[in-house]
Amino acid sequence: MATTVGGTPPPPGVTTGLATPELLEEHWSETPGLGSFLTTVDHKRIGKRYLYTGLLFLVIGGVESLVMRIQLSHSNLHVLDPETYNQLFSMHGVTMMFLFATPVLSGFGNYLVPLMIGARDMAFPRLNAFGYWVFLGAGIFFYTSFLVHRLPDAGWFNYTPLSDSVYSSGPNVDFYALGLIFIGISTTAGSINFIVTILKMRAPGMSLNRMPIFVWGELAMALTVVFALPALTLANILLELERRAGFHFFSAAGGGQPLLWQHLFWIFGHPEVYLVVLPALGIASAIIPTMCRRPMIGYTYIVLAEMAIALIGFGVWVHHMFATGLPTIGLGFISLTSFLVVIPSGVQIFAWLATLWAGKPVLKTPMLFILGFIVLFVIGGLSGPMLAAIPLDQQVTDSYFVVAHFHYVLVGGAMFPIFAGIYYWVPKMTGRLLHEGWGKVSFWLMFVGFNALFFPMHILGLRGQPRRTYTYQAGLGWDFLNLLETIGAFVLALGILVTFVNWVWSTKRGRPAGPNPWEADTLEWATTSPPAEYNFENIPAIRSREPLWDQPELGPHGQPVEAGGRGLGGGHNTLVTSLLEAEPEVVAPMPHESPWPFLLTAALLGVFYGLVIRSWVFWTVAAVLGVISVAGWFWPRGETQET
Amino acid sequence: MSSAELLVPTGQPDEYLPTVGSGPTNFGWWGMVLLIAVEATLFALLLASYFYLRFRAGPIWPPDGIENPKLKLVLIMTAILWTSSLPVHLAHSAAKKGDTGKLRAFLAIGFVLGATFLALQVGKEYPDIARHEFTPRTDAYGSMFFTITAFHGAHVFVGLLMSAWVQLRAWQGAFDRHRHVSVQNFVLYWHFVDVVWLFVLLSLYISPQF
Repeated sequence: MATTVGGTPPPPGVTTGLATPELLEEHWSETPGLGSFLTTVDHKRIGKRYLYTGLLFLVIGGVESLVMRIQLSHSNLHVLDPETYNQLFSMHGVTMMFLFATPVLSGFGNYLVPLMIGARDMAFPRLNAFGYWVFLGAGIFFYTSFLVHRLPDAGWFNYTPLSDSVYSSGPNVDFYALGLIFIGISTTAGSINFIVTILKMRAPGMSLNRMPIFVWGELAMALTVVFALPALTLANILLELERRAGFHFFSAAGGGQPLLWQHLFWIFGHPEVYLVVLPALGIASAIIPTMCRRPMIGYTYIVLAEMAIALIGFGVWVHHMFATGLPTIGLGFISLTSFLVVIPSGVQIFAWLATLWAGKPVLKTPMLFILGFIVLFVIGGLSGPMLAAIPLDQQVTDSYFVVAHFHYVLVGGAMFPIFAGIYYWVPKMTGRLLHEGWGKVSFWLMFVGFNALFFPMHILGLRGQPRRTYTYQAGLGWDFLNLLETIGAFVLALGILVTFVNWVWSTKRGRPAGPNPWEADTLEWATTSPPAEYNFENIPAIRSREPLWDQPELGPHGQPVEAGGRGLGGGHNTLVTSLLEAEPEVVAPMPHESPWPFLLTAALLGVFYGLVIRSWVFWTVAAVLGVISVAGWFWPRGETQET
Repeated sequence: MSSAELLVPTGQPDEYLPTVGSGPTNFGWWGMVLLIAVEATLFALLLASYFYLRFRAGPIWPPDGIENPKLKLVLIMTAILWTSSLPVHLAHSAAKKGDTGKLRAFLAIGFVLGATFLALQVGKEYPDIARHEFTPRTDAYGSMFFTITAFHGAHVFVGLLMSAWVQLRAWQGAFDRHRHVSVQNFVLYWHFVDVVWLFVLLSLYISPQF
């Protein structure tokens, strides 16, 4: 432990290192009003914004899919023309992946990670605010294309040459490419923030092997982003250079290769699937022990499995390209690695089942959603290895079988845990529990609706219904199952709506939650609901993997100094600790509210609009404003570790 | 600013910690390391794309009658760029000793060398090639050549901006023995840009010669 001989005496005003709520309140509270709305750096406010905005995009992406389902409910319908249908399925994919799933899981992470590891904020609070604003800006940018009726229309994976300037001359694909480059800034910034926060801000004593599995999930996600997202950004930069400046990367005419796009896209795209699923698995691993009233069985194996999935995810991208005529020896290897994913996924499922078996499961709503998730994830996990088998994949590629598979994995594997997380953690954010009865109604509607919607797609896919076609002929025997799917879609949507209404209702009339309504084990429940701006009065010292079960002194008023709590002088500080063992190293002053993240985002939004309308004056002016914002951001104020 | 380390009490009896970390005890250092990881991935993918197009293009590379890259100018540029890592390294050592005068001088030398590299690239190499040999629009080879080298050049440019910023902060007296994480971050970034050039040089200029 770093103690000290020598050194100068503490600065005036800080004499004992003890904290009081008044002192912390003075340093950490943000003045209410529009000013603080735009300048806040509080990870809890930012986390909630990610959640709300992400769920708004769930509604938008969901409405898109409902319209498509109406079009497909019977053969030969003309509710939508083919062009509109193309735009809707493209934006449905982009919205659900980039504007709903990833941000909502970042939202949970933003809100919960500092609380779970006993920190007072994220490592880079202003970067955190910037990440949110850029996500919002990119969402607005994508949907600007809706106002001019030029939504991206080449699918969410936007294959060349369909997406090059010859076959797609309008700005549709530019909105796609520039929007993804834009939102990549947000995701990258957020991930770097998560990694540093998780590695360097854990409460003293929370060595890596005591870290909650949810936090491991967020770490695995963030590391995946760092090494996967550049591929998407690069692919889109090259595509824009080709479309706008006449470069040659993908067009065969200039010596380019259309398949280069597919490689780059899927080198990102497959890890993207895992970076949605990994934190969702983390949610399951947070809720199961609480609801089973016992520690998780196989903690180490679950953590290793999460990391293994993240790693193997980088070696399977070509299984999205089995039908493109690549050499068979390469395909064989990728098929093998794709089968390998089954092992770590199975390890997690068996660890959850063992914990359920050994514990006394309480069937509250969050647990119902988790059980539903396990069932759906197993079904999706069964069609996964089927697709990893090359002959079967080549048979059903681009059919509804594939659509069924990835919706089971992504909706079943990510959206159900997200809804479990809503029922589980929203009481922490609002201080009030959601209604249990309506929660169960919502679950059953979603579960039944989901299966009615997606299970028949397996059958239709095997019967040959191709994905991404706006209608189908009568007399193929597809009408009944398609109608069933459409009905399922509306039941699922109704189930989601019930949860939203429940949530809104609960904020005023729900039962008060108290600090720890589920008698859970992790540190976020050691705070008041909702937590104070500074999270913890004293930074707790951790001696267990389940601190709230094993350390009775932890509670909403902070761990007393006698038990190891550190007040850090009650200032605007947080503790920096060592990477493996979390030993205290530095008391770091944290930055205050700042307008620059918002202003920088506004400037960047200007740059991207300038690029899409092809006005170099516009984007140059915006870029200069952006540089000014960066300077303003870094201009020293004598309050952080800025030098 | 005092050169002794400022210690504050944490609230635990007799425990005092510094308020400023450097290297791995500073968030900023980690931020830079991860940013470099992202940038390194980008370069790796760019070079992989280059080789992908090259190996799919057939036996003759560069294609379309373009000659092999000329080495004289680029080797001079390389020497200048790599030399710049030395004063940048010395600037770091000076910062660690709290010698602001040397820090400023070495930063300035590194800046001039980096700027010379960039000036030669944009002012001499590019115009020569574009006028006599090929442009980014000629074919995939030209597109890749200009995209990768310009992407590296952009990184040199950002490094120069960072150098200017650190220079400014040094003039303001912001650094001492304990507080110099901006210098560390700039140094890390600069060495990274120099190391990446090795891969760019080998892939784009040297490998087509064989």
